[in-house]
Amino acid sequence: MSDIVEKTLTALPGLFLQNQPGGGPAAAKSSFSSRLGSLVRGITALTSKHEEEKLIQQELSSLKATVSAPTTTLKMMKECMVRLIYCEMLGYDASFGYIHAIKLAQQGNLLEKRVGYLAVSLFLHESHELLLLLVNTVVKDLQSTNLVEVCMALTVVSQIFPREMIPAENSSGYKDLTGSFITILKQVVGGKLPVDFNYHSVPAPWLQIQLLRILRLLGKDDQRTSELMYDVLDESLRRAELNHNVTYAILFECVHTIYSIYPKSELLEKAAKCIGKFVLSPKINLKYLGLKALTYVIQQDPTLALQHQMTIIECLDHPDPIIKRETLELLYRITNAQNITVIVQKMLEYLHQSKEEYVIVNLVGKIADVLVLNTVDTYAPDNAWFIQTMNAVFSVGGDVMHPDIPNNFLRLLAEGFDDETEDQQLRLYAVQSYLTLLDVENVFYPQRFLQVMSWVLGEYSYLLDKETPEEVITKLYKLLMNDSISSETKTWLIAAVTKLTPQARSSNIVERLIQEFTISLDTCMRQHAFELKHLHENVELMKNLLPVDKSCEDIVVDASLSFLDGFVAEGLSQGAAPYKPHHQRQEEKLSQEKVLNFEPYGLSFSSPGFTGRQSPAGISLGSDISGNSAETGLKETNSLKLEGVKKLWGKEGYLPKKESKTGDESETPPIPQESTIMENVDQAITKKDQSQVLTQSKEEKEKQLLASSLFVGLGSDNTISLLGKADTVSHKFRKKSKVKETKSGEMTSIHNITCSSFSSLSNVAYEGDYYLNTLQDRRDKEFKKFSLNSELLDSESLAELHLVEKLSNCSLSTPSLFDDNNMEIFHPPQSTAASVAKEISLASSLLEETTEYIHSNLIEVCNNETVSVSSYKIWKDDCLLMVWSVTNKSGLELKSANLEIFPAENFKVRQGCLDGIHHFFHSDVLALWFRSSCSTLPDYLLYQCQKVMEGS
Amino acid sequence: MIKFFLMVNKQGQTRLSKYYEHVDINKRTLLETEVIKSCLSRSNEQCSFIEYKDFKLIYRQYAALFIVVGVNDTENEMAIYEFIHNFVEVLDEYFSRVSELDVSFFSAVPAVHGGESAEPIDELPKMCSAREPQEACSVSTPVC
Repeated sequence: MSDIVEKTLTALPGLFLQNQPGGGPAAAKSSFSSRLGSLVRGITALTSKHEEEKLIQQELSSLKATVSAPTTTLKMMKECMVRLIYCEMLGYDASFGYIHAIKLAQQGNLLEKRVGYLAVSLFLHESHELLLLLVNTVVKDLQSTNLVEVCMALTVVSQIFPREMIPAENSSGYKDLTGSFITILKQVVGGKLPVDFNYHSVPAPWLQIQLLRILRLLGKDDQRTSELMYDVLDESLRRAELNHNVTYAILFECVHTIYSIYPKSELLEKAAKCIGKFVLSPKINLKYLGLKALTYVIQQDPTLALQHQMTIIECLDHPDPIIKRETLELLYRITNAQNITVIVQKMLEYLHQSKEEYVIVNLVGKIADVLVLNTVDTYAPDNAWFIQTMNAVFSVGGDVMHPDIPNNFLRLLAEGFDDETEDQQLRLYAVQSYLTLLDVENVFYPQRFLQVMSWVLGEYSYLLDKETPEEVITKLYKLLMNDSISSETKTWLIAAVTKLTPQARSSNIVERLIQEFTISLDTCMRQHAFELKHLHENVELMKNLLPVDKSCEDIVVDASLSFLDGFVAEGLSQGAAPYKPHHQRQEEKLSQEKVLNFEPYGLSFSSPGFTGRQSPAGISLGSDISGNSAETGLKETNSLKLEGVKKLWGKEGYLPKKESKTGDESETPPIPQESTIMENVDQAITKKDQSQVLTQSKEEKEKQLLASSLFVGLGSDNTISLLGKADTVSHKFRKKSKVKETKSGEMTSIHNITCSSFSSLSNVAYEGDYYLNTLQDRRDKEFKKFSLNSELLDSESLAELHLVEKLSNCSLSTPSLFDDNNMEIFHPPQSTAASVAKEISLASSLLEETTEYIHSNLIEVCNNETVSVSSYKIWKDDCLLMVWSVTNKSGLELKSANLEIFPAENFKVRQGCLDGIHHFFHSDVLALWFRSSCSTLPDYLLYQCQKVMEGS
Repeated sequence: MIKFFLMVNKQGQTRLSKYYEHVDINKRTLLETEVIKSCLSRSNEQCSFIEYKDFKLIYRQYAALFIVVGVNDTENEMAIYEFIHNFVEVLDEYFSRVSELDVSFFSAVPAVHGGESAEPIDELPKMCSAREPQEACSVSTPVC
């Protein structure tokens, strides 16, 4: 059989096999194994691409026949695979063989398996669909007792399997292996390995590097683990004496590890000395490595920068841009308020020279980072410098930079610092500088820079003394008429004009602009122009709408849409179905579509049941509801609502979606989302150039000078902390978080419970901050405020004074209802707890149907002899339900309950209102539901209300 | 972590490429061109490490042949630099006086070995194993 195959194969590229001895099984084997050789030789002999294509196609079709023939042995398959690999390498498609490669890896003996795995790792990639077929093989081989098989499987896993298929754990799970790694490293360093592993007489250098890296991960922030490795690290440092590149690689890794793990001063000293070896080396590669090492360690030990300052200065002017770049990276880490001007200047210099986009983006980001950071922390040296540097940054990187940069810059300008006059000066300077820039003829600024300019001019032109708003508008108008400006920027410009219009006395240009753009082909521009036109007709409105210098103030949005309450109430009283969120309707629809409904038709809402509502959106059940089980009741209710009821709400619903939207809007400060800057490069450049014109004789002196300006503030006695990379992040967000805080502060309202019992004479106010940590995905915390004012009549028997005392006791320990952690803080007075235990259990059993969801324990909020108020919360799939129950303990008849709830911003209270005294009388328990207006707490709390009512 | 391993000659012909992260075939050509361009622009006095996009290139030149390794930020440049040399030494061991022709793979191999046709087959897996650092994230120690 192999002869037949042999024939097919030799028929095609066999022409090139002249040297091959023929005949006999041995010959067959030999010719078989040389098939690749002949193919290769055949290809080299060809003269044109076309011929090659032809030959490969022939080869591929013969291979196709061979691999799919059932008689092909694994050995032949192995050979075929090798040729397939070669064809694939030449760029021809051999995908028909992939599956056979997998098969070979599955079935072959060791060598065949190896080729199979090799082919698979070359053919497949991590998103290839055939990869799944390989999983079992790999798993099997991983468990094999043959080390070679395990190795092959491991190799293929690391090469082609996607990351998520390889469960990796964090280093904390492997701390116990530290000892083993240390022992291995000790052996390697101690030269215990066979000489075969030596590379230029260094024992297994790459293994050492790997081990050091592992130790770094293990010892990070872990004193105990770190202590174990001090010895071996010390030895590594000592052993790496040979003057070979690879020892430097090990040293570098060693230093990095020493500075990353829990520090030991002795080792740090030695490592620092090592860095000297790198930095002072004449070899450029080592110098690079030294700079990199310095960058790592300098965050922990800034004095090292002082030691090597002259080298750093030299590297700063190095002809190799890569070295320069690395030096800047180093300087970036040691920037402080004193050396910022010099460092930023150096960075800008580099920026002007580089053309590669990635470098520009990166560097611009760093400069902006350093600037904003230092401006927040200390103030940049002065306003003029800050603005001009930002101008330079925007001019160079405007179109490529990260959009956060202009955003943050504008935010910085808008929010300002602690000193208001300082802020105004900064803004004024920005406005002036932009106006000057716009005066320059024939200069093109990046769009982002123009956007920043237009925003600043629109907001802060009022600070100008000399120029009138009209003049500014004229300049903006000129820009608007420029063809090279994108339509996005034009909308920024027109927004600026709109802001300035109410301040301007004459409006000729504005009118011209309106004329011009109301006929614009760009719909967006036309829209803006029309808005401006209409606003322009009503100057008073315009002034109200666009107040001067109010960019940081929030617009109050009634997120709860409370103004619609009347409308809702009216709708409900006319028999409309209460609002149900979309998903619930869907569910109901689905359940309706089921073929048979086995539920009894016992419960129904009659329209009289819907009349006489006491609260706008609340639902109460009429007394005509028959006493079916709560669950049936609910289902029945649901199905009823779908039919014959006037639809008040659209498909989208009214609360969840809209609220979340408006909520977001109110959170976002009205600072433009996107903007960019660029500017005054020329000034900066000339400045630099001047400073750089140094005579040769003075060079050394200049360097010294530069050094002193660069490394100022790095001494050990200096208190200014260096801004490490890790720090940077937190600093960067400092400003932001400030805003957040104030914001959440505003949104926060305190929930205030006032319970007054038994005649209005006694009024006890409960005040507490309730930290509402609602659903996991909710970002904003909410504080609620409500006041519960329940008035119980007919209670002469109670001593009012006593009551007051008791209640205020309770108020002291008002629990945080919404935070699990805090919940335990609440310990009701022992006696009370005992006395209400029964009622509590009653209450919880009452709300039994809700217990299938995750819920908090029942917490008593306040109590006295007659009533106790307790609450708990239930987390359902889509909402947070907060249940308040008022339990009557006295056995007295409570004639009425008055519930006063003051809805706070973002929070709305629905009253599970009782159908008169009647209900209360029977139930002993009054349950109240609170619904937050935020989208995650949907309306169907109302249904819970109904359920509990039925249960009572 | 090593992203790719390239052998490109001065004319910009790729002699060998191995990617440890999936890159589209057509993007590879572009990448290889750019990589060799940036390597060619470097002089002897400049260091052997280049920043390219968000990763680093480490290159070594052997006659007209460049060996370029692309790594990410976490890699030790010098270790890779020496690894390249190690790799070349291994090749040299296999092919005795390795040249670009050897590397351009089999086309030249039979010539070098004087028509010993059984050789190349055995050579291929070895070649491949030599050029695959055991895992993409690590550098294999010399075993030979």
